[in-house]
Amino acid sequence: MSQLHYALFTGCTAKQSTPELLSSTLAVADKLGIKITILEEASCCGASHLQDFDEFLAHVLNARNICYAEKLGLTMITICNTCQLNSAMTKHALDTDPELKARVNEKLAEVGLEYKGTSEIKHFLYALIDDYGLENIKDKVQVPLSQFNIAPFYGCHNIRPSELHHNANGGENPYNPTSLDNLIDALEGHPVDYSHKNKCCGFHVELQANHTSEVLAGNAMVDAIDNNADLMVTPCPLCHLKMDTYQDDVGKVIGRDIELPVLHMPQMVALALGCTPKEIGLNFHVQKATHLYPETA
Amino acid sequence: MSTQTEEFEPFNTDEIEVTRPDTVTVTLKTFRFNAETDYLPYYKHYTMEVGKDELMLDLLNRIKWEHDGSFSYRRSCRHGICGACGIKVNGRATLACKQNALELVELFGNELLIEPQSKKRAVKDMIIDKKDFWDKHAEVTPYVVADVDPHPEHETKQSIEEFNKFLDSDLCIQCGNCHYACPVVEVNEDYLGPAAFNAAYRFTVDTRDEAGRERLELTAQIGPGVWDCVKCFECAEACPKEINPIEKITKLHNMQFEQGVAKPNVATKHAEGFLRGMKKYGYLDEADIVSYSEGYLGMYKHLKTAMKMMKAGKIHWHSGIPFIDSVPKIKNLDEVQKLIEISQTHKL
Repeated sequence: MSQLHYALFTGCTAKQSTPELLSSTLAVADKLGIKITILEEASCCGASHLQDFDEFLAHVLNARNICYAEKLGLTMITICNTCQLNSAMTKHALDTDPELKARVNEKLAEVGLEYKGTSEIKHFLYALIDDYGLENIKDKVQVPLSQFNIAPFYGCHNIRPSELHHNANGGENPYNPTSLDNLIDALEGHPVDYSHKNKCCGFHVELQANHTSEVLAGNAMVDAIDNNADLMVTPCPLCHLKMDTYQDDVGKVIGRDIELPVLHMPQMVALALGCTPKEIGLNFHVQKATHLYPETA
Repeated sequence: MSTQTEEFEPFNTDEIEVTRPDTVTVTLKTFRFNAETDYLPYYKHYTMEVGKDELMLDLLNRIKWEHDGSFSYRRSCRHGICGACGIKVNGRATLACKQNALELVELFGNELLIEPQSKKRAVKDMIIDKKDFWDKHAEVTPYVVADVDPHPEHETKQSIEEFNKFLDSDLCIQCGNCHYACPVVEVNEDYLGPAAFNAAYRFTVDTRDEAGRERLELTAQIGPGVWDCVKCFECAEACPKEINPIEKITKLHNMQFEQGVAKPNVATKHAEGFLRGMKKYGYLDEADIVSYSEGYLGMYKHLKTAMKMMKAGKIHWHSGIPFIDSVPKIKNLDEVQKLIEISQTHKL
């Protein structure tokens, strides 16, 4: 297999509140021999909120990000479901609407850029599964996760709308997603089957509809716990932030004690590939995985 | 004549790959409940041979005709127009008369879980009380409001461009699939829901209509309005007419700003506030967006979480002082600043 090479769109969260997401992503790439070029020029994707304020402006800024991956001639990978959604939505809108593409390119020309539509956009999870391959990952496992029941939490923006993601996520079905389950299997962990694995965590209304947000996160976490999860794992740092940092508040609203470490997908892979918990920043979690890895205490 | 038949090419059967076997044994684990006689719902298993052309509605009919005549469900047109036969199969919102049964067997396996759109609203088996759906639909004034001359000389014409503004929102059949797939509807009783928002959009962009501002004001309210949408895209997935309600929700958000209906509050400031960090750093400023949206007084709610995050290193000192200079800057920031300056279409 020739060396895989991707342009990495980090998003804001990996550069701020979840530094462990970036470090563990780079650790996984390093272990697997995947070459990563970080798009240091890329800005925020708007996270659907800028889109609510000014959809056209959001398209212009996302198109600019994609331009930098196109310049490198690389597939752009994301490590946040919401970055994936908003970048892919812009790509889809521009690739299917020549009039919009022309209007966006008129703006981009002012800063010397042009959106062409030549780069694919996919989440790192699907780059690992569809490009690198589960069997190849399996061969590299040094520390099997066989002692853990791991609840996969897919996060909405990688799996819905299926029409948009279909080409980039291996045709994952939003009602019966399997990629994370298969990845956990490949790392010799035990995937937890629970009905909330493809549901919403409520992150996006954290401020204006706090109760809704806490209930949605709580429903998912309680479901995972009731099905014997030791850990939860998610490819989305926003799901991680909601479920990790607000765990106490969520517990109060739901009326249950919730104690469930929430790992980023690359952290889980890195652990199985032999990275130490410290290397991949497990110490940056609010809900520490101390009962699993005492050294993060 | 021969050229005409070429233009209207008949259905090309070569393109359809039929790899499924003729019949498959399927077990339908079916939700049964009669609000008048049952204390709790229960599930009954019906096993049948299902043919490759059978729809979910055919299977519901077969439960009733071959197994239990008391089994109840709504059905009418059988053509995806009346919106009566919405159910859930393995949690997936489905219009029974449009959905091939073996397609779902391929996806979920040989046991299908047949449930009403909303279990807590079940009246009898698949039949639910849709009162909340209809009330919320009515709330957005889902018709053209206009002072019309009763004896006009001309019809009120719509150009193709004007008609295209509706996008596909006019195709809604009020089946309720999106409404009962929406997780916010389940938690927030006031929330109008994706179908009502789609209708609000449909009539607000209609050039003949005069009630757009009222609809935008209603849907701008925190609680019932579009700001409580969690962006899960369940509605887009659930719609049997491929309407994509969340696309209309985004349009309503934008229209609230464009038409000056949006007032500064925690939600609108959160949307607009993304630009504050982006202008300074290219990235969102995670700490600033919370303090800007909530206002300094509102920040007290987040102090506990902020302390926890700081303790864990999620708000960190290593790249600067939190809230002051801790956000890294992207390369070529001037491009983002310039693009915001020349592309922003409106202000809060």
